[in-house]
Amino acid sequence: MALLNNKNKSVLFNPLSKNNPVIVQVLGICSALAVTAKLEPALVMGVSVTAVLAFANVIISLIRKTIPNSVRIIVQLVVVAALVIIVDQILKAYNYEVSKQLSVFIGLIITNCILMGRLEAFALGNKPWPSFLDGIGNGLGYTIILAIVATVREILGSGTLLGFKVIPQALYDAGYENNGLMILPPMALITVACIIWVHRSRNKDLQEKNN
Amino acid sequence: MNKQGNLYTILYIAAIVCVVGAALAWVSLSLKPKQQENIEIDKMQQMLSSLHITSEKENAKELYAKYIVDSYIVNLNGEKQEGNAFDVDIAAEIKKEPAERLLPVFVCHVDQSTKYILPVYGAGLWGPIWGYISVNEDGNTVYGAYFSHQGETPGLGAEIATPHFSQQFNDKHLFVNGEFKSIAVEKKGQKPADGAEYVDAISGGTITSKGVQSMLKSCLECYSTFLTNLQTTK
Repeated sequence: MALLNNKNKSVLFNPLSKNNPVIVQVLGICSALAVTAKLEPALVMGVSVTAVLAFANVIISLIRKTIPNSVRIIVQLVVVAALVIIVDQILKAYNYEVSKQLSVFIGLIITNCILMGRLEAFALGNKPWPSFLDGIGNGLGYTIILAIVATVREILGSGTLLGFKVIPQALYDAGYENNGLMILPPMALITVACIIWVHRSRNKDLQEKNN
Repeated sequence: MNKQGNLYTILYIAAIVCVVGAALAWVSLSLKPKQQENIEIDKMQQMLSSLHITSEKENAKELYAKYIVDSYIVNLNGEKQEGNAFDVDIAAEIKKEPAERLLPVFVCHVDQSTKYILPVYGAGLWGPIWGYISVNEDGNTVYGAYFSHQGETPGLGAEIATPHFSQQFNDKHLFVNGEFKSIAVEKKGQKPADGAEYVDAISGGTITSKGVQSMLKSCLECYSTFLTNLQTTK
């Protein structure tokens, strides 16, 4: 079996653009607002979601034939919740600063619609390997959007990127000011909306037909 | 066995819960010491901040050992109590009656003079806020302050954690004419009625600012006998 045949490739790469969970399926918006004021927490959040999603997909896919239909959502939740708690504990032990910044949002990965959506729509009906790729693909699709939004917000809102100053002091001396509004959640929505706008205008097949 | 039957479902869920429970317990136990260390380092860094000392995660322990020379617990009457000051849980103490509280004091040596760090803990708009106030050896003048919060609004209440806000407390006096007044946090242009010294509140963060004010008053008031003793021995 080829590990990356055409079908698997599309499973992995489609979520990056054509079927992006955030800007096409519009899932996981809540955390896109909450953690994108700075780039570092956004990246950690992206990596965490990717890890949780990939492993949850594999586990659910492995046990998919044994899960009783009436409690399948509960089983999915238990698996996701367990993985999220493990990620939270690891962050607390090895990256305390970021875990303080992300605080409740790591726990809220459980409620991230991308997870339940992928488990229900993909992992329950596919083998472990494609499920793993699907998890990685969707996780990366989510991370890319978070990273773009966070980059825009951090540069315009704080004048830094990953904590380093990128706006030269000369500009501040000339009267430039950081835009405090960029730090607030509404600007994440507007940034996401701009990305969706650009993305749809470049991909004509995503646009609805006007009747 | 019928996979959609009730018995199977119940057994299945029971098995899942046992496996997941065991896995989580193991993770939690094996990471506990590392997490505890992080929490302690974070606490040390916060205390050092109130002395205007910036520390990194790596050197926090070293700096803490260098500057904090002693720590003890006092009670409302300023008498020393048994126990380790570093391990006192301020959040729990604050719920007790003032007379029963354990009040930690951290003694530090900075620039050839002695400072006393006093922890404070209170409520902001969305959740707890806390901080450390360092007081000069005269028991009256504030040397530095550090505030933090759990989830105040970014850009508004969360500004209490910025140096811009906490630096206002430098050189303020807790006592006016020998009477404990705390430090008020007032809207720009206003003055407290009781003559206490004051700093500017955060515009748009009124409830958090009021929270800082009442946190300072309620926590530092318990130390007033301890501070008065410092003033008289001086």
